[in-house]
Amino acid sequence: MDLFTFLSSSVMVLVVFTIVLTLVPISVYLERRVSAVIQDRLGPNRVGLPLTLFGAKKDFHLFGLFQPAADGIKLFLKEDHTPAHVNKFYFILAPALVMVPALLSAAVIPFGSTMDMPFFEGRQVQLAVANVDIGPLLIFAIASLTVYGIVIAGWASNSRYPFLGGVRSSAQMISYEICLGLSIIPVLLYFGDLNLGRIADQQSRDGWLLLPIAFGGDGPVVDWRTLLLLPTLLIAFIIFTVSLFAETNRAPFDLPECETELVSGYHTEYSSMKFALFFMGEYAAMVVGSALIVTLFFGGWALPFGLDNLIRDPATGAFPWWASLMHMGVFLTKVIGFIVFFIWVRWTVPRFRYDQLMKLGWVVFFELALANILLAAILIAIFG
Amino acid sequence: MTLEHYLIAAGILFCTGLFGMIVRRNILVIFMCLELILASATLTLVAFSRFRLTSGLPDIDAQMLVFFVITVAAAEVAVGLAIIVSLYRSTQSVHMEDLHTLKG
Amino acid sequence: MDSILFYLFALVMIAFGFGVVMNRNPVTSAMCLVGCFLGVAALFIMLDAFFIGVVQIAVYAGAVIVLFVFILMLLDIAGEKRREFPIHAIAIGLIVAVIVGGQIAMVAGSLDDVGGKFPPIDKAAAVEARVERGNNPDSTINTILTDPKKPSYPDVHIIGEALFTRYPLHLQIVAVLLTVGAVGVVVLSKKRLE
Repeated sequence: MDLFTFLSSSVMVLVVFTIVLTLVPISVYLERRVSAVIQDRLGPNRVGLPLTLFGAKKDFHLFGLFQPAADGIKLFLKEDHTPAHVNKFYFILAPALVMVPALLSAAVIPFGSTMDMPFFEGRQVQLAVANVDIGPLLIFAIASLTVYGIVIAGWASNSRYPFLGGVRSSAQMISYEICLGLSIIPVLLYFGDLNLGRIADQQSRDGWLLLPIAFGGDGPVVDWRTLLLLPTLLIAFIIFTVSLFAETNRAPFDLPECETELVSGYHTEYSSMKFALFFMGEYAAMVVGSALIVTLFFGGWALPFGLDNLIRDPATGAFPWWASLMHMGVFLTKVIGFIVFFIWVRWTVPRFRYDQLMKLGWVVFFELALANILLAAILIAIFG
Repeated sequence: MTLEHYLIAAGILFCTGLFGMIVRRNILVIFMCLELILASATLTLVAFSRFRLTSGLPDIDAQMLVFFVITVAAAEVAVGLAIIVSLYRSTQSVHMEDLHTLKG
Repeated sequence: MDSILFYLFALVMIAFGFGVVMNRNPVTSAMCLVGCFLGVAALFIMLDAFFIGVVQIAVYAGAVIVLFVFILMLLDIAGEKRREFPIHAIAIGLIVAVIVGGQIAMVAGSLDDVGGKFPPIDKAAAVEARVERGNNPDSTINTILTDPKKPSYPDVHIIGEALFTRYPLHLQIVAVLLTVGAVGVVVLSKKRLE
């Protein structure tokens, strides 16, 4: 490993951390504002720069964009209370166990295209921390470790409601991991590849997976083979998205922390920054989940309709640096769009009952995903 | 890194698991030690597969064996834990000393 | 670099392995088992077995040990700490472990014909051998192997090929085994057998 690779990887680690940790407060802000719009109220729109304190005429509100910062300060200043009846070591370990896997799994997501470095002639950088050949598998493997944080939190709290929340969530997450893994097999069969960077690259040439129209490439504008597979891919997308809601414990499947039954589930006993870590871990998992959906189904960093073919360097397949940065912007826009979708669903659909949730996972999605794999495999075998 | 390094590491893990199986009295922990032993065996297989190249690539047959071992181990753990739960239901204990029904 | 990583992960694996054995609290044992398996998976990945490493994490750390923790929590065994480690068991365990460990060390030390340095993967030879066996030179695996831009070798593709061309019967037997296991677990955990 030469110095350049080492430095560029280190910078990418920093960039990815910053992006994910910035998207978390942004999604908290969006959650508050979107829920306010859905419930026909204003939401937090006051917090800004308090210029009146320094003698100015008006405060600087900026749509309340500083609300997440205020939330953070509030959580920092709260008393960090550890109840006497808990198992101290695990009580402190649990929030970290929720946060770390969510951040780790962001490592394989391609945040932008392969970039021709501006000052280093002939060098190319992948805008991903680890461009490995087992991308989705690695994300599933690491995301499956999230369940420990929740289970351990419920167990270490040593009281009834957190315990019930922990048991519920471990059963729920194990069940939906299966649907999550099975549902994307048709997609992986279609791409024939597990490298998320190449998956995004292929979509930039042929159009997004769920929008397979590409101008400017060497192939036809609409690929009939993809059109034929589109129904199975659409089913895969629906199962994957709904399973992701369950996997990240988001409404309508937020039964582990269901406040009408369990006070607030596994983090009932937590306060201050320990609670904030659970909170941030949930949002970080949502960010990574949205990024995975975008990468697999909506072209990742690619522009729609294969427009990238016009600016790509035909020899190396790489992009000039400005195009790569633009791709990063495109990717983040799509991810934020998906986060808004997550929030929209949360404030629209009522919560499921636990037996309904399990039935949906094991009786509907499991079988549907298996049949979908069979259908996709037959279609690919005949027409692929 | 040579093959011996990996084999010794796997050997130490194997001995740890074996020691635990003899010493511990909690069935669940004994079961976990069994998993340690299985993991050390799979580590040996993967190490052999990487160090013994067949026509330039790692010997994939050893990795297939590891894949099947992991699959079978998952089934084995599920059945084993179900047995332990029903054992606990009838004796209210998971300690080896309390399970002496067949001793007469 | 590689040797530092090897010692780090081997140390993680063995230290957590000791943690499994030495801890009174079974929940701590289970969490140590997670750490140990993460170390094993890291060693797999150092041995270029990416797929096996990830499967190790997903299946063991992600599912099997969750089951352990689940059972420990449901049975509430963690509160029970009354029994000491019996001395004679420790003595016998030490003796057996040392004997077996010595044997393993002797066998590992006598493997000088296999051992030696980390052999580099020879992708050109692999493609040659594959084509000789009647494999299409333009198949996916061969194109990936001949692509000079890719540093690693496509182990997921190769495992998939082996699984579905040379081991399809074994795969189906394992599938049946898993189904039988699932049914068996449901039957076993029913409160009463009617």
